[in-house]
Amino acid sequence: MGTPELILAHTDERDLAQLDEYRAIGGYRSLARARELEPAALIQAITDATLRGRGGAGFPMGRKASLIDQKNPRKYVVVNADESEPGAFKDREIMGRNPHLLIEGCLITARAIEAHAVFIYIRGEYLTEYEILDRAVEDARAADLFGDVDVVVHRGAGAYICGEESALLESLEGKRGQPRPRPPFPPVTGLYAKPTQINNVQTIATVPKILELGVEEFAKIGVPSSPGTAVFSLSGNVARPGNYELPLGTPLRSLIYDVGGGIPDGRAIKGIIPGGSSVPILTPDQLDTPLDYDSIQAAGSFFGSAAVIVVDDRCCMVQLALRAAKFYMHESCGKCTPCREGTRWLVQLLTRIEEGDAVDADLELLESVCSRMLGRSLCALGDFAVYPVSSYLRKFRGEFQQHVDEGACPYGAESSIAGIEAPIDAHMHHPTVEVPG
Amino acid sequence: MSTFYDEVQALKARYPDWLSATMPALRLAQEKHGYLSPDALRECANALGTTPAFCESVATFYDMLHLQPVGRHMVEVCTNLPCALAGAQRVVEAFEEQLGLRAGETTGDGEITFRTVECLGGCGRATVVAVDERYHEFVTPEKVPEIVGAVRGNA
Ligand SMILES: Cc1cc2nc3c(=O)[nH]c(=O)nc-3n(C[C@H](O)[C@H](O)[C@H](O)COP(=O)(O)O)c2cc1C
Ligand code: FES
Repeated sequence: MGTPELILAHTDERDLAQLDEYRAIGGYRSLARARELEPAALIQAITDATLRGRGGAGFPMGRKASLIDQKNPRKYVVVNADESEPGAFKDREIMGRNPHLLIEGCLITARAIEAHAVFIYIRGEYLTEYEILDRAVEDARAADLFGDVDVVVHRGAGAYICGEESALLESLEGKRGQPRPRPPFPPVTGLYAKPTQINNVQTIATVPKILELGVEEFAKIGVPSSPGTAVFSLSGNVARPGNYELPLGTPLRSLIYDVGGGIPDGRAIKGIIPGGSSVPILTPDQLDTPLDYDSIQAAGSFFGSAAVIVVDDRCCMVQLALRAAKFYMHESCGKCTPCREGTRWLVQLLTRIEEGDAVDADLELLESVCSRMLGRSLCALGDFAVYPVSSYLRKFRGEFQQHVDEGACPYGAESSIAGIEAPIDAHMHHPTVEVPG
Repeated sequence: MSTFYDEVQALKARYPDWLSATMPALRLAQEKHGYLSPDALRECANALGTTPAFCESVATFYDMLHLQPVGRHMVEVCTNLPCALAGAQRVVEAFEEQLGLRAGETTGDGEITFRTVECLGGCGRATVVAVDERYHEFVTPEKVPEIVGAVRGNA
C-alpha cells in the first residue's frame, strides 16, 4: 500500500513460512545481532523504541522486561496468541504468513530476560496456523537456531478469557482459565510463579524489526508516542475488509476509505468500533481520529487490538449491543460477582428493550448497571462487557428511547443483524444424537 | 491403551510441570473416544496421575472439549458482530434447513453436530464456518449445500 510494512513485508511475494525463504530476506540476522549484545542492552533498545503492547493495553514492553528479576534462574517468555477479541484477526495472519518472525522475536526476547523456555499459547481454533507455526518451530530447532532456549507451542481449547494474561497463565498451567488477583503481576509472579514476560504476537514480532532498523529508524515510523506499525483488522460493512499494516497514527478515515474502499451498497456509516468489540464506539464525526493509542483514547475509546469494525445505517444499535452483551456473558468465567451477575443483567435488560417491553426506568437501570460494573471486576472482561453497551446507549440514546416509546424495535427484521443467534442461546437446546459405535 | 498412556507421558515431559499437559491430554482423549466420556476422563486422569474429577472440572471450562456425545463431524458458524453484519444469520438458517435441525443439535444419524460459535478470527472474510476445525471463509447461504455435501461425502 506504499506504506512501510514491517511485520507483513515480503509476505505477498514469498512463502516466508519456509525457513530458507525467510533467511533469504535477512531473517534471523537480528537474532545473531542480539546474541552479540548484552541482555541489558536489548531491554534498553526495546525501551528506547517505545514499543507498546499490541494486545490491548498498550503497556511499554521494555518497562515490563525491566520489572523482571534478572537473578532468578527460572524465568519464562509467554506469547499471547489467543486472539479471540471479536473483530481481531491479525495474529492469525502473522503466524500463518510470517511464523519465523514471531519465533525470532521469541528468541531475542528470551535472551533479553535471560530465559530458557518460551511458550506460545495459540487459541485452539487456529488449527491451520498451529500446524504452520509448529513446523516452523521444528525447522528452526533443526537448524540449531534455538541455542539454549526451548520453544513450545501450546494449544488452547476455546475460551475468550484465556486471552487475559493471568487467565492465560492459569490455563497454560493446566487449569480452568480464570484470572488471578493482581498484584503480583506476571513479571514478578507469572508462569509456575516465576518471573514471566508475556506479550502479544505482534509485539514480539516487532522486536526483530527494531534491531534490524535500529531504534532511530524505527522511531521515525508512526507517531512519537507510539512508534512503529500495526496490522489493522478491518471488518464489517466495508468494501475491502482485511488486514492492513499501517503506521500508527494513520487517520481512521484513510483506513476505511482509501484502504478499505469505503462503505458498499451506497449506505451511510453509522458507527466505527476501533479496537475490537470491547471498546466504545466512535461516530462518523470522529473519522479524522489518528489510529494510535493516545489519540483514540482522547476520542473516548481504546486502541484495543487494532480491530476496526464498521457498522452501516441498516443496523439496530440495541440488537448490536445485545449481541455483544451475549458474547461477554458467554465468556464471563464466573469467578467474580460484578462480571458474572452484571453480564446477565445487561443481556436481560437489552432483551427487554429490544422486545419492546421496557419502560423509561429500564434505560436508567441499564446505565446504572454499567456504572456499577465498571472497574469492579477481577479482570477487564467486566469492563469490556460494559463499553459497547454504555457507549451505544450514550451515542444512540434516541434509538434506545424509540424502542421504549414505540413498544417495539423500529428496525425489526429490517436490521442487518436481525435474529442473529448467539452460542449462549443454543445452550438451551438438547442434542438429539445417537452415540456412534 | 498403552499408546495413549505413553503419549501423555511424552506430553508431560514437554513442560516444567506435568500439570500443563492436562489440556493436550484431554484433547488426545477426546480424539480417541469421540467425546470426553466418563471412561475417557478416567483414562486421561490415570495417565496424567490425577483424578477424573479434576479432568472434568478443567474440561467443562473449554468450548472445544465435549462432555456430551457429538457428531462425527462438527460444523460451526460464527455469529459474532462482523460476521453478523455480513449476514451470518442467513448462513445459520441455510444450515438448519439443509441439515433439518436447530443450532446446538446433532443429526439423527450421529454424523454432524451443528452449532453457532463466537468470533473465529476470520472477520475480514465473513461469514466464517469451521468444519472439523478447518475454516471456510466468505460463506454465503448459496454455498451451504456444497459444504454439507462435502462433509457427508467424508463420512
Ligand atoms: C478479557 C481479555 C481478553 C484479552 N484477550 C487478549 C488476546 O486475545 N490477545 C492478546 O494479546 N491480549 C489479550 N488481552 C490483553 C492481555 O491481558 C495482555 O494485556 C497482553 O497479552 C499483553 O501483551 P502486550 O503488552 O504485548 O499487548 C486480553 C485482556 C482481557 C482483559
Ligand atoms: S466475527 Fe466471525 S470470525 Fe470474527
